[in-house]
Amino acid sequence: MMYDSGKIITGLVIFVIMITFPIWYNVGGAEQLPKVEKPVGKKECVQDTQFMRTSHMALLNNWRDEVVRSGERQYQVVEGVKYEKSLQNGCMNCHTSKAKFCDECHTYAAVKPYCWDCHVQPKEIN
Amino acid sequence: MANLKADELGVKVASDPSLTTGAVPAKDWMDTPAVFEPGNYCYQGKSEKVEYISDALKNNPGLFGEPRDWDIESEDWKLPENWKEIIINGIKERLDKFRSFKIFMDCCVRCGACADKCHFFLGTGDPKNMPVLRAELMRSIYRNEFTKAGKILGRLAGAREMTFAVLKEWFMYFYQCTECRRCSVFCPYGIDTAEITMMGRELLHLVGVNTNWILEPASNSNRTGNHMGLQPHTLKENVEYLCDDIEEITGIRITPTWNRKGAEVLFITPSADVFAEPGIYTAMGYLLLFEHIGLDYTWSTYASEGGNFGLFTNNELMKKLNAKMYAEAKRLGVKWIIGGECGHMWRVLHQYMDTMNGPADFLEVPKSPITGTVFENAATTKMVHISEFTADLIKHGKLKLDPSRNDHRKVTFHDSCNTSRAMGMLEEPREILKAVVNNFQEMPENTIRETTFCCGSGTGLNTGEIMDLRMRAGLPRANAVQYVHEKNDVNTLGCVCAIDRATLSALIDYWVPEVQVCGLSELVGNALVMDGEKEKETGLRFEALEGMEG
Amino acid sequence: MKILYPFVAVLGLILIAFLGVQVGLAPVFGIVFPYLALLVFIGGFINKVVGWGKSPVPFRIPTTCGQANSLPWIKQNQIDCPSTTAGVVARMFFEVVLFRSLFRNTQASVYDGPKLRYGSSKYLWLFALLFHYSFLVIVVRHMRLFTDPMPFFVPVLEFFDGILQIGAPTLYVADLILVGAVLFLFVRRVLLPAIRYISLPADYFPLFLILGIALTGILMRYYLRVDIIAIKQLTVGLATLSPTITGEIGSIFYIHLFLVCTLLVYFPFSKLMHMGGVFMSPTRNMANNNRMVRHINPWNDPSIKPHSYMAYEDEFREFMAEAGLPLEKELPAKEEAPVADEPTAEKE
Repeated sequence: MMYDSGKIITGLVIFVIMITFPIWYNVGGAEQLPKVEKPVGKKECVQDTQFMRTSHMALLNNWRDEVVRSGERQYQVVEGVKYEKSLQNGCMNCHTSKAKFCDECHTYAAVKPYCWDCHVQPKEIN
Repeated sequence: MANLKADELGVKVASDPSLTTGAVPAKDWMDTPAVFEPGNYCYQGKSEKVEYISDALKNNPGLFGEPRDWDIESEDWKLPENWKEIIINGIKERLDKFRSFKIFMDCCVRCGACADKCHFFLGTGDPKNMPVLRAELMRSIYRNEFTKAGKILGRLAGAREMTFAVLKEWFMYFYQCTECRRCSVFCPYGIDTAEITMMGRELLHLVGVNTNWILEPASNSNRTGNHMGLQPHTLKENVEYLCDDIEEITGIRITPTWNRKGAEVLFITPSADVFAEPGIYTAMGYLLLFEHIGLDYTWSTYASEGGNFGLFTNNELMKKLNAKMYAEAKRLGVKWIIGGECGHMWRVLHQYMDTMNGPADFLEVPKSPITGTVFENAATTKMVHISEFTADLIKHGKLKLDPSRNDHRKVTFHDSCNTSRAMGMLEEPREILKAVVNNFQEMPENTIRETTFCCGSGTGLNTGEIMDLRMRAGLPRANAVQYVHEKNDVNTLGCVCAIDRATLSALIDYWVPEVQVCGLSELVGNALVMDGEKEKETGLRFEALEGMEG
Repeated sequence: MKILYPFVAVLGLILIAFLGVQVGLAPVFGIVFPYLALLVFIGGFINKVVGWGKSPVPFRIPTTCGQANSLPWIKQNQIDCPSTTAGVVARMFFEVVLFRSLFRNTQASVYDGPKLRYGSSKYLWLFALLFHYSFLVIVVRHMRLFTDPMPFFVPVLEFFDGILQIGAPTLYVADLILVGAVLFLFVRRVLLPAIRYISLPADYFPLFLILGIALTGILMRYYLRVDIIAIKQLTVGLATLSPTITGEIGSIFYIHLFLVCTLLVYFPFSKLMHMGGVFMSPTRNMANNNRMVRHINPWNDPSIKPHSYMAYEDEFREFMAEAGLPLEKELPAKEEAPVADEPTAEKE
């Protein structure tokens, strides 16, 4: 009554459960790192790997703006290869599978890029 | 009366540089000492009063420190050698006894929502009268002694050592707080400065730092049964004088009974109601009301004080003084108790009495013998507020009322701090007012009900030596009265508090002298049509009724 | 000084994390500190709350902010002056979830006359609400980095928080609101004279710390950018108690994380504990049923008794007899009449 110990302990238990949510929530969950399917026979991309890992979304975002607003479709030539600023006619020439390349990481990191709001999703051939 | 005239003080409040008027003090508050000068402090307790009270509570030694003669303006308060230790141990003890104290020491984020809610701050502009800083006066010591951050980081963490300067600050500012709880309404964590002020005062008492204006009434109350020190025969005589006046005004002779065993109801009201204007008119109202309905009730000379100045010292003395009520109810064998109009009295009755001195299992759940209403809301305490009782009578049409007898009055209503914020009694007085007066006007929003402003002199600050301070602290209240006086011709300020009746009279006389202060029951008494009464020409204070002038 | 010191302290924390990672202490900052911080946070929080709980609530002291439960025909304000547990739950809900008391806030001003005015002032309420809720959204949204697979509410929150679809990575609205609200709270603290005067370093430090956390987070997401997969490997690893650091993670991540750890450690020892305190404030979480239900004080001292009636009658028996007041014990044979004292206290 004057201590309300029951209520306080209940409150604290709820608090600890909420704070430790990620710890108990993951228990038994299959923790699988994303396995990205890499293009066969290609070593180079438009930028180095670390840049692509951290900043591909910014690059694509720029590309979109440049292509849609200024009509600049040509990206630089890297190691003698010409790249078009295009998701489907550029990137996906090498990274052919949305499911096995894009989605692997996006799903893992809970990212839902809105690329496919406009682009037609490629039909996956498995 | 205050040294300054109202118009001078009014100009000073609005234009002197202060935090209220937007000027920022140059020095940090920790570096600003409290300086006592005549007019800004209540006189210290007389040695013999400390001795008497300590003796009355001799099972709980040390609560009031050592009786001694000392001088507040002096740099030597003749404190015990280990006074710091006493204070720190006292804090520790109270942290362990009061969860409110502990939480309120830890939780404040200094958002400042309370800052401009305090009537003392609004009237003085003194930063330490912001509730948050008043509490920081204590918190800074708490951090220094009881928190890791305070011990390690010191002043960076808002901590500081307990020193004599701090003690002086405590004495100044815990006696510039009326424990009205207005800040607590606005605080996002409900931090109640009243709790902190109470702890502060308890701690000050431990080292013998006190005020006479509180100790003397408390001593009186213990010995004679009431703050005024009225002895049994005087008390009875005073009420007889009131009955004489009633007879002169109404032609009815009332003979109330005293200390009568077997009465159904014991009636207890602040002794100020039978002692001085305008409280006596309120008491005449009670007498007329009870006569009108033929209530089987008795007054008591032993439990002749509703108020409880113990509340302003420590919880032990509060308990001791309050205990008389149940003791007397038991001795007389009454069924239940009605309490008169008083603010802090009802704080004690509503929030403390049953816990301290219950269970009152020798009493019955109060039931109005006139209307049959069972006061379920007083089922365990068994004490009903006169306004609850009267409002019920009115609702059931049990009173013959002629509100036109109050037509010479345009009334507004002052909610007492305690009945509004520590009890929630807001509608009952208004129900009564609507039935007994034809002209009722509310004061502006933000100054009534749960956000009502204090009279500025509660918690034992209603003493003459701090009149300037009281006039400043009461300004927000007076200002709201002035507003309805100017706008709606209000000439009467109704209230349900004995301290209000005394302090508001001084306050309103100063700021809005055209307005009179009166208890709600006076207005009820004025409106009551008594069986066999003569034609009434005057109200209870012999003022001519409308249409009867000349 | 009150502003500078905490500011420098936060800069110092940033520098420590930055240098620490440079000298190869990434595992300490990425693994050891987060675990320590979480332990201190949970342990400290529980310790504080239990500490409060050990002190009883001796008296029932709700602040009544509306009409009490009284006569049946008088309408009670069941939320601001509850008399039942359900009412208290409702009051606490409004207090905790909607900051009801802060919503009452007014701004007083003094004019010549003097005249006092009390204007509505809801800014503090609004920005406090924005601050706390954007912070909550951000914390919950971070669960995407700590869980695999994610609980359903995280993507939902992600969707709504990124609904503006500005840029890539998508701009989170909550980020903007949090920074805006923290800046408001800071500027308010500095600009309002009374608030500046009451502010302690302990008030500025959490603001700077949270601002630092928000800004490093924003930098990391929108500007400096980091390998989110590598980070999630670490964070999920932390959550599954098998942390590993693989791949390149930029210093900005460690700075962000270190500031968060600091916040966690600082929390239980600071005013931030208002998070727990708001639930336990006796003026808010008690029903105003004082005269209906008996409340027990565990340390109530039964030895405190009133000055007894008999002692009172013994002192005043003669006067009482003379005044015709009933007595418990009649007067002995008449001696000489005593002289009455005058009343000793003078009141107005």
